[in-house]
Amino acid sequence: MLSSYLTMAAILFCIGLYGALVKRNAVIILLSIELMLNAVNLNLVAFSKYGVVPSLTGQMFTLFSIAVAAAEAAVGIAVLIALFRARGTVNADEYDEMRR
Amino acid sequence: MFNFNFSGEFVAFFVFSVMIISGAVLMVSFTRVVHMVVSLAAVFIGVAGMFVLLEAEFLAFVQVLIYAGAVSILMIFGIMMTKHQDSDAEQAKPLHETLTAIGALALFGILFYAIRQSDFPEPEQALTQGTDNTMEIGKLLFTGYVVPFELVSVLLTVAFIGAIVLAKKEAE
Repeated sequence: MLSSYLTMAAILFCIGLYGALVKRNAVIILLSIELMLNAVNLNLVAFSKYGVVPSLTGQMFTLFSIAVAAAEAAVGIAVLIALFRARGTVNADEYDEMRR
Repeated sequence: MFNFNFSGEFVAFFVFSVMIISGAVLMVSFTRVVHMVVSLAAVFIGVAGMFVLLEAEFLAFVQVLIYAGAVSILMIFGIMMTKHQDSDAEQAKPLHETLTAIGALALFGILFYAIRQSDFPEPEQALTQGTDNTMEIGKLLFTGYVVPFELVSVLLTVAFIGAIVLAKKEAE
């Protein structure tokens, strides 16, 4: 059963990686990063139940990772809104200069 | 290789897997940005269901509250406050997309091979059954993980104040 969960998380991680590399809208890139983080959380919780030594440590790490991911999402959206105000676009491939 | 026993857990796992994978694939294939966020909410809820299957009920509720609630709404705010009318389809880069797909599939192949090759020994004793998952996590938070817990609260405060400062409208 553990390998099923690990395979599931690998599928989710690869779809998130594809989305983060292909999409142009920066909000969608942030969402794809959240997908990859979710895949990692799934692995942590699966190992916390089916690992060699089952314990709650994996769930604790997932809790901290969710908190850090929420902070990352808030700061990412704020940076995006500031960038949009300065440059007038959200497409990541148009952010190609270090300064105006 | 595929020695599945068709228990209730397997059926629930299958349902949640279909929910997660279809949501993620739809997220990649939709062209309207708002549709992508809605399909991603399905992925988050599916992951919460998997947490219930793995006896992590507290994490499942946290997942629903933070991901399916807060992060999705935050992303919709971000979309609404930026330009979102033009669809994502124009200026498609077929070579780039093909190469990325090949790379992602290759990574999945490596991961799948590694997962199939390694044998995971059965755990000696099961995860503490029948106890209150939330209470156990709370005890751990206030004994072994007190310092990281307080650091996370500092991190969240700093991050949200920073977000407000960044997104605040400049005086014209």
